[in-house]
Amino acid sequence: MKKLHDDAVAALDGVLFDGMTIMAGGFGLCGIPENLILALRDSGVKDLTVISNNAGVDDFGLGLLLQTRQIKKMISSYVGENKEFERQYLSGELELEFNPQGTLAERCRAGGAGIPGFYTKTGVGTIIADGKEHKEFGGETYILETGLVADLSIVKAWKGDEQGNLIFRKTARNFNPMMATAGKVTVAEVEELAPLGSLDPDCIHTPGIFVQRLIKGEHEKRIEQRTIRERENA
Amino acid sequence: MPWDRNDMARRAAQELQDGFYVNLGIGIPTLVANYIPEGVDVTLQSENGMLGMGPFPYDDEVDPDLINAGKQTITELRRTSYFSSADSFGMIRGGHIDLSILGAMEVSEKGDLANWMIPGKMVKGMGGAMDLVAGVKRVVVVMDHASKKGDPKLLHECSLPLTGQGVVDMIITNLGVFTIDESGMKLVELAPGVTVGDVNEQTEATFEASL
Repeated sequence: MKKLHDDAVAALDGVLFDGMTIMAGGFGLCGIPENLILALRDSGVKDLTVISNNAGVDDFGLGLLLQTRQIKKMISSYVGENKEFERQYLSGELELEFNPQGTLAERCRAGGAGIPGFYTKTGVGTIIADGKEHKEFGGETYILETGLVADLSIVKAWKGDEQGNLIFRKTARNFNPMMATAGKVTVAEVEELAPLGSLDPDCIHTPGIFVQRLIKGEHEKRIEQRTIRERENA
Repeated sequence: MPWDRNDMARRAAQELQDGFYVNLGIGIPTLVANYIPEGVDVTLQSENGMLGMGPFPYDDEVDPDLINAGKQTITELRRTSYFSSADSFGMIRGGHIDLSILGAMEVSEKGDLANWMIPGKMVKGMGGAMDLVAGVKRVVVVMDHASKKGDPKLLHECSLPLTGQGVVDMIITNLGVFTIDESGMKLVELAPGVTVGDVNEQTEATFEASL
């Protein structure tokens, strides 16, 4: 079966429906599937539950889907960079479920690995633990967290081949590998489409079995906080 | 004279030991990297997925694929490795990180920490803070002793939603240094010119002066 598609619209054809759950890779604006987010916006699909560590900024990344009110609920660990998000949440238009970042990462990993739940120390004694099963192991208290599976995962990689094998670059890896495993359908966008056989099999981060569809995208790769130092004696 | 931000960071840097893997939070904790003592080799972890975090880049080195947990552009070192967020929090939750230095809004005398939420006002999220305080071997808080309004931040009980329960081992403020263990909170060091009386005036928490 052919995984490679011409563009983001073609790659999302037939998989979108209102009320669906979508995982979106990235940390801040780093390693986000820019092309697929734009195609989601243009598709008009709505009432989405979006699982993503952050919510983009007002005019880029997932912030675009907030502007168009396509998102009903976010599951995230940190949304501090998005004013529209804060406005919609405080006015009750948007549901929000905060997950600790490591718990969110592990929920995605577990979901993709067929693990329905796991115990963690993270959040014990906080509001995150409210209503969750508590259990002692070796004299320490842990809470039960559940694995997450999405109707669709959209991820961004540096290089990929037509089999869907993916390699990520530097800190743009972040949530992408786990989310790739946890989508009923996973669509990846890559910066470089590598000829089959040119990627070192020992260096594949995400094996192609987890990726059903693939496109080559064009990436703006916007920087959220450009922080530099001055050269001494320059 | 009480310590300023840099003095607090310099004092926090004395908690670093040779060979430590360390996670530094946003704000004053970030400054700790400027004061790593000579002869002490530490590796900085960034929880988005990097060990061996280098300094900020020069203008022509900026790489959008290379950022820290505060979303600032950074650089890599010769020792650097990259990994997924799941592996990153495996390191954190699994107790492989030696020290976490982070900021706080409130700390209780039992070591409870609140630093992620002000109900009705601030909805940013906890990010990795809950995982860090639950999993890292030792947690050091660096913060101003009192709020901008002058309210104490070292309390009997935190009033804000907790980030972690009984997780803080040490607090460094502009007035001095406190430790917390099973026996309670102790004042172990004062900033130059600061008296125990000064500290008492700005502290609600019960502590023992152990200077």
